[in-house]
Amino acid sequence: MSDKTPASPTRDPPWLKWTLIGVALFYVLVVLMAPLLAVFIEALRKGEAAFFAAFQEPAAFSAIQLTLLVTAIAVPLNTVFGLAAAWAITKFDFFGKSFLTTLIDLPLSVSPVISGLVYVLLYSIHGWFGPFFIDRGIEIIFAVPGIVLATTLVTFPYVARELIPLMQQQGTDEEAAAATLGAGPWRTFFLVTLPNVKWALTFGVLLCTARAMGEFGAVSVVSGHIRGLTSTMPLHVEILYNEYNFVAAFAIASLLALFALVTLGVKAVLESRFEAELAAAERT
Amino acid sequence: MPLEIDHIRKTYGKFPALGGVSLRAEDSEFIALLGPSGSGKTTLLRCIAGLEVPDSGSIRFRGESLLAQKVRDRRIGLVFQHYALFRHMTAAQNVAFGLRAKRGKERPNNRQINARVEELIALVQLDGLAGRYPSQLSGGQRQRVALARALAIEPRILLLDEPFGALDAKVRRELRRWLRQLHERTGLTTIFVTHDQEEALELADRVALLKDGALEQVGTPEELYHQPATPFVFEFLGDVVKLPCEIVDGAAVFAGARAKLLGGSLTRAGSGLAYVRPDAFDIVVGESEGLKAVLRDVVSAGASARLDCLFDGGEPIEIRAPHDVALQLKIGDRVTLRPREARVW
Repeated sequence: MSDKTPASPTRDPPWLKWTLIGVALFYVLVVLMAPLLAVFIEALRKGEAAFFAAFQEPAAFSAIQLTLLVTAIAVPLNTVFGLAAAWAITKFDFFGKSFLTTLIDLPLSVSPVISGLVYVLLYSIHGWFGPFFIDRGIEIIFAVPGIVLATTLVTFPYVARELIPLMQQQGTDEEAAAATLGAGPWRTFFLVTLPNVKWALTFGVLLCTARAMGEFGAVSVVSGHIRGLTSTMPLHVEILYNEYNFVAAFAIASLLALFALVTLGVKAVLESRFEAELAAAERT
Repeated sequence: MPLEIDHIRKTYGKFPALGGVSLRAEDSEFIALLGPSGSGKTTLLRCIAGLEVPDSGSIRFRGESLLAQKVRDRRIGLVFQHYALFRHMTAAQNVAFGLRAKRGKERPNNRQINARVEELIALVQLDGLAGRYPSQLSGGQRQRVALARALAIEPRILLLDEPFGALDAKVRRELRRWLRQLHERTGLTTIFVTHDQEEALELADRVALLKDGALEQVGTPEELYHQPATPFVFEFLGDVVKLPCEIVDGAAVFAGARAKLLGGSLTRAGSGLAYVRPDAFDIVVGESEGLKAVLRDVVSAGASARLDCLFDGGEPIEIRAPHDVALQLKIGDRVTLRPREARVW
């Protein structure tokens, strides 16, 4: 090249750029990609037959079923809760608002094991409310309800956190405009508020789903690890691993990883496809 | 009397936003709520629309209480300062929103809605842009969509919050003229909020000037300009020079030069503070009866020239003079300034 572009005063030197890119790439490869790849390699180590055999075992099948069931309950609950919380926080003024905002983040900062223990404290046979439910034949701890509760608690910030910043930025003018035009609260919600946040809501739900399927710590405490009954996919992986059944453990793990990858893939595709619309939603 | 606002009070915490404001609007009247920011003008507008609930007072439309009605039942068109268009709807869908939100028998069928939307889009001169999203429209176009959307519900009153606030100067002037014409055509009682006195004086039938949540003066633009009730009104509607004077025989005297005291002024003999418009000065070269000063600078761009002078006492003063007068002056000249007319409160 004959012409040299003058160095821009705001541009950092090339060595810095390449060092940073290099560090980031190396980190992603070693910390993220290598383990992920290892999961699939280990799962297929003894061939396809062994891999698929792992899913045909009844306990594995029931673990997959339970995980899907728990996700199918926790995600809709947290979607409704997330929308309600985000709506309350961004469209109204009330006492304790900032406290509620902080509280929503709590499950992210508290170890999931503690979240699980709290439920044990509350609902186990020696817990505060446990005897009340057990007397009525409802088992929560070491049963499916406990797993659903623990998963819901751990994953409940995801939808709300995606929505709150966007809704805060959008303000309440459009809702006010809808009211002056004669629209009632439901009409306003479904025709104005919801379409404005549909992408943030979608992403929140996707993240929440990925997290709900993979939750280990809290579920581990409340489930009791009853094989074929209260064992979710992550717990089943642990059980298999402890039994030195590595191929089966990694096979189930690879399915979990696949769920997560598909979720991220859907998010990425949506993001690139509706980029323009996303930008419009954020513009004021 | 279509709209009667009576003793509206509104406080936010301890901050009194409106302290008992009363205002009436006639049929087809075009009223400007003028005031500096924080004067309560937008709060009053939002109280009429129903987006704020006043602490006390009443707002009636043809005798029926508006405060007893929900926002959605008031049928009051409101154009928001930043338009608040529904961003995921096209211009046409925005305009149709209010028609589709109507309930029961009042709700027109699709054919009627489409016809009405087309009519409104033509009224606000947006033909061909009906299918665009708000993000694909310019500021002026968005504002007209917002206006068409508000007009779609056949509002009983039209409210506009800083309708030209977010537009550049040229678009502003065009839209102002256009809005005035539109008002003449629709004959809708209209109240608009502005902090721009020029806009209020040019556009409105009557101007209500607010300060700290209270009305300073309500009247035609001529009344406000020529018979300001308080120093605040006089200062808000134009530049002012404040000078000490003596009041003698019903005239203001500035170092021997007599100036006419305008209507409503204090005429009791004694000393006072005179309010003078910067263009109400006679300028005489050299020293004679009047305020002596040195000409420091002349800025001759604009409708009239600006003269920066320095009084002998060291105080600066800025006055305005026609260009032909300014041309005869040189920087450094000693001049005598004689106010022609003044107001004393």
